[in-house]
Amino acid sequence: MLLNIKNLHVSINGKEIIKGLNFSVNKGEVHAIMGPNGTGKSTLAAAITGREGYEITKGDIIYKGQVINDWSPDKRANEGVFLSFQYPIEIPGVSMTNFMRTALNAKREYLGKTPISAKDFLRKMEEKKKMVQIQSKLTNRSVNEGFSGGEKKKNEIFQMAMLEPELAILDETDSGLDIDALRVVAGGVNQLKSDKNAFIVITHYQRLLDYIVPDFVHVMYDGRIVKSGDKKLALELEDKGYEWIKDQFDN
Amino acid sequence: MSDKKKDKGVLEEVTTGEYKYGFVMDIESDQAVRGLTEETVRFISKKKNEPEWLLEFRLKAFRHWLTLEEPDWALLHHPPINYQDIIYYSAPKPKKELESLDEVDPELLDTFNKLGISLEEQKRLSGVAVDAVIDSVSVKTTFQDTLAKHDIIFCSITDAVQNYPDLVKKYLGTVVPYTDNYFAALNSAVFSDGSFCYIPKGVRCPIELSTYFRINAANTGQFERTLLIADEGGYVSYLEGCTAPMRDENQLHAAIVEIVTHDDAEIKYSTVQNWYPGSKEGKGGIYNFVTKRGLCKGRNSKISWTQVETGSAITWKYPSCILMGDNSVGEFYSVAVTNNYQQADTGTKMIHIGKNTKSTIISKGISAGKSNNSYRGLVRVTQKADNARNYSQCDSLLLGDQCGAHTFPYIKTGNDTAIVEHEATTSKISDDQLFYCQQRGIDMEKAIGLIVNGYAKQVLNKLPMEFAVEAQKLLAITLEGSVG
Repeated sequence: MLLNIKNLHVSINGKEIIKGLNFSVNKGEVHAIMGPNGTGKSTLAAAITGREGYEITKGDIIYKGQVINDWSPDKRANEGVFLSFQYPIEIPGVSMTNFMRTALNAKREYLGKTPISAKDFLRKMEEKKKMVQIQSKLTNRSVNEGFSGGEKKKNEIFQMAMLEPELAILDETDSGLDIDALRVVAGGVNQLKSDKNAFIVITHYQRLLDYIVPDFVHVMYDGRIVKSGDKKLALELEDKGYEWIKDQFDN
Repeated sequence: MSDKKKDKGVLEEVTTGEYKYGFVMDIESDQAVRGLTEETVRFISKKKNEPEWLLEFRLKAFRHWLTLEEPDWALLHHPPINYQDIIYYSAPKPKKELESLDEVDPELLDTFNKLGISLEEQKRLSGVAVDAVIDSVSVKTTFQDTLAKHDIIFCSITDAVQNYPDLVKKYLGTVVPYTDNYFAALNSAVFSDGSFCYIPKGVRCPIELSTYFRINAANTGQFERTLLIADEGGYVSYLEGCTAPMRDENQLHAAIVEIVTHDDAEIKYSTVQNWYPGSKEGKGGIYNFVTKRGLCKGRNSKISWTQVETGSAITWKYPSCILMGDNSVGEFYSVAVTNNYQQADTGTKMIHIGKNTKSTIISKGISAGKSNNSYRGLVRVTQKADNARNYSQCDSLLLGDQCGAHTFPYIKTGNDTAIVEHEATTSKISDDQLFYCQQRGIDMEKAIGLIVNGYAKQVLNKLPMEFAVEAQKLLAITLEGSVG
């Protein structure tokens, strides 16, 4: 099992957002997590990636057989956890090239490897850029600065391709994307998918799941997974709306 | 301790990091004079075998200094300086030479390596004996040969006084008169040594000049005096300082740099200042009161200041340009970093006198720990300076919530055709940025270094290539904590 979350409780500033969540992921699987706004989907992503301020008050996150509750975000990243941000962050003055090389070499250093050669690095950049149809100029620009919404999301998938994670979490990667960009982003994910990695796709809408086909669909509500099924569940949700879930669980 | 808790502490550690790379140079002095009187001034002048006019210059400066009071307008706080408790002249003896780098403090070597300083350079900086045949001395000689071929004069100001007295007499004190300010008067009275450079008409100096290539470069940190002149059409890029850590027994530094450019001449002056900043608790450290000014005397002349200030407990420094010649251009690019209890009050003055004069100011302040970092700048357009243009951008970056960033821009225009623009921003390294980097596997310290260098990039890009790379590393190291 790649990821096993047991009875997870997460609080932000003392307020409990995730209230006893159980969830597991095997290699080779794609899991979709759906649910209305404010039910803890992004909080779950933050808890798995170790963001500060998201306090685990109870339960464990077990990744590759180890409890990682206390691991730093960079250690988790270097162990293969990747988050495609819902709102990618701008870092002025830091070129994408420099950023990626720093990230890649940080991981190599963590794994006890020597830094990547400039030649290999550039070749890899070119190869992965093609995968998400990034024009060559993008990499000379500062991290996410002046990128359009679509470019930012493509850039997240590009970084994912560069870092080759074992567990990738896509947090509303489809929000703000037009249909063409959506296809490109999904295409990138599908190319990266293998039996050695797994994806958690957080989304509101069924639309993305037409392109990235999930093996499992989970519905989150009020800090828990309240329903799980296969891809048909997503269609059912689309049909009946989240009110259906709310009505079932509010009483 | 868990990684997460450790991380929480890192920002604090980073911002309270100690200057762990300092080293004390044992300066043995044969003669020491404590206190400042007319006798001290005469003594210094005599020691240096100076001509009468220079002694007079020093004495006038000294007498003027006696009438002045230390300025208190800067946002700086320090205990009173006892000027009678300072040794104003000590002939430096050669340092005790070490046999090999094995005898050097390993922490220091670590810093050198982080900065990417070559082995030979490391030996020179740490006082290891070097083979005179293949070492930097021969490099220096090669440089001297190149300079001689172009009739460029580059020597210590002490030598210049002896060998080129007319040039020194013609320019010394013309840009920064001894009456300029308290510290300028003090320096004029007691200056120890410094650099002198003269670029003749039409000569573009083919190499970057730095004090390193000046033979007999003595340890002259305390009351340094630098004078650079580019005659018509001349050009030189001059590098001052060193990214390597510098510690000095003398707490008070009061330097003067004067620059003159004639018609169509250009001087680029780049500084990396990394003097001992004091302990984490704010004890000790260099008080650095510097007067730097350039005079664009001729038409179409240009002076460009670039500075990276990371050291000193107190920095008081305003490299300025007087744009006298028509169409002359002044530039000021600055990165000033303060950490722990450091205080910096730095900026520039751009005085537009000639027509169609242009100036650009880019200032990037970075404050961490409990430090205070102020930008203080004046843009003045005089009555006759038709079509003067200025663009100023002053940004402040805060790390943590116990430091201060301040901006004091002064604009005075006496001409309706002037266009003066000023932009200022204050920002913090956001948790979002840090988390984004960490999520990509970059640890907190590296992330801070990365973000800070991105922020300062506009200025670092103005540095000569090799200097820029070292300066980038220096910024990261300055903000690095003693993790572990």
